[in-house]
Amino acid sequence: MSIHRRTLIATIGAGAVGSVAGCSQFGSGSNQADGDGSDGSDGGNGGQSDSEDAQQPGVAGETLTLTTTTSTYDTGLLDAIHPDFEEMYGVTVDAVAQGTGAALETARNGDSDIVMVHARGLEDEFMRNGYGINRRDLMFNDFVIVGPEDDPAGIQGMGSATEALTAIADAEAAFVSRGDNSGTHTKELNLWEAAGTEPGGDWYQEIGAGMGEALNNANQQGAYTLSDRGTFISQRSEIDLVILVQGPIEDGPEILANPYGVMAVNPGVHGNANYDLAMAYIGWITSPGAQEAIADYQMNGEQLFFPEAVSENPDFQQYVPQGWSSDSSDS
Amino acid sequence: MPLEPVVQLLSTFLDLPFRDGYVWSIIYVSLYVSVIAVTLSTLFSIPVAIVMGFTDFAGKQFVKSIINTGMGFPSVVVGLVVLFAVSNQGPLGPLELIFTKEAMIMSQFVLATPPITAISLAAITGVDENVRDAAHVLGGTRLDVALVVLKEARYGIATAILAGFGRAISEVGSVLIVGGNITSADGISKTRTLTTAIQLEARQGRYETAMVLGVVLVALVLLVNAVVVRLGDREVRP
Repeated sequence: MSIHRRTLIATIGAGAVGSVAGCSQFGSGSNQADGDGSDGSDGGNGGQSDSEDAQQPGVAGETLTLTTTTSTYDTGLLDAIHPDFEEMYGVTVDAVAQGTGAALETARNGDSDIVMVHARGLEDEFMRNGYGINRRDLMFNDFVIVGPEDDPAGIQGMGSATEALTAIADAEAAFVSRGDNSGTHTKELNLWEAAGTEPGGDWYQEIGAGMGEALNNANQQGAYTLSDRGTFISQRSEIDLVILVQGPIEDGPEILANPYGVMAVNPGVHGNANYDLAMAYIGWITSPGAQEAIADYQMNGEQLFFPEAVSENPDFQQYVPQGWSSDSSDS
Repeated sequence: MPLEPVVQLLSTFLDLPFRDGYVWSIIYVSLYVSVIAVTLSTLFSIPVAIVMGFTDFAGKQFVKSIINTGMGFPSVVVGLVVLFAVSNQGPLGPLELIFTKEAMIMSQFVLATPPITAISLAAITGVDENVRDAAHVLGGTRLDVALVVLKEARYGIATAILAGFGRAISEVGSVLIVGGNITSADGISKTRTLTTAIQLEARQGRYETAMVLGVVLVALVLLVNAVVVRLGDREVRP
């Protein structure tokens, strides 16, 4: 009993010192000077009375700012899996849902600790500029071209996404573009380029809005649009659009694959980035447990994301910009 | 059937697809941010309006037109400016204010101050010249005169504060940028307000729930207006 009391008093003392120091890292130092009882890793989160909490990692009580894309957030995936991480480390994850472009820009300004996005080209640029490090492939789903059921451009079941877009352009059927520099918008522009078609004219509408709004907009005017499968599934019950061309999940063209990556903000560029916690997050979300949770996440009875971090094969390309090789002079 | 949408709205309201405490927490954040921002704006604006109402100085018209222009600042632009200030790269970067309520208070302060100053100023200058003269004649000091004028102008000033509050709580552009529209994973708001929650619902195409939250927002503003008017009335009694 007396040992318990000593632990309690030591913990409270350490907590008081920690909170006076106002910073968990310094708090843990003075903690050790206090001597016995707690193990010194408690830090600013001190003051809890049982010794089990005194074993909490030094990051406890900190906040991880994650900028991500609307598709991971709006589908409810992050809210579903984050409690596990928050509990494990005693931390809070602030998920800010922006487009991929905005999410990376926020990280460039040093305003987030970690990014989870889906536009490999933009991610590579982010890494090459030195802002992002320790990239991992996280999960994937695919893009789908959706449109009205009567399908005025006749693209239903086409095996090629580029041919489908060309058909839409030829028919001058209404097409809604995100126009917001998001991952989906980037993919759409890449597809137009691959199709060799320059979209333009009244039928092509850039609306500068999120995926949900784009789907609604397309729904209301009976237009085509490109959507990630996750957002489309989560919204399917509210709209009349149907999937006309789909990606690799249903054996469609590989060009419609939609891989998500996660990477930490480089603490060498932004010294205030919470690098420790960002790496803890990457470790957690690429672990078999969290990957399973991603696979188990369903909406309307359908799986939205397919984990790909756990693999027997070493995929070195996930750590570096695509096409990078140590032999080339490119760095 | 004009009643049908109302009934539909009510039934969605009773059956909101939100977790426990979600709606209350965003109402709390909305009020917390806007009330503090408007209080600070008022503390800043009223003295400015008094000084401008009672003194003449060169360039007064110019200052006035700047304030009036401020009433038309787009909130997104204010959000961007505050973002640059509080971003890690900005002058206030070390304070780590990005994605916090404090940053949202800053941007709403910037938005609410011009209308509060301008309308208060109009109310103060609108007080009849005779009232000031009478106060002077009765032997009042400058302070006494100011108090009398303020008392006469109190309705206008209350209107000014309400206008500022209306601007603050209903704007979405700047709080979205500097606040980040964050909730914790258990659905408790950190920087999500009613307006950004509405924006989020609309983004996902859930227009009905967005509408319901809009109704909550309007009801909230109505409530605040009623409270302020009530307080204003009470002060009239001698």
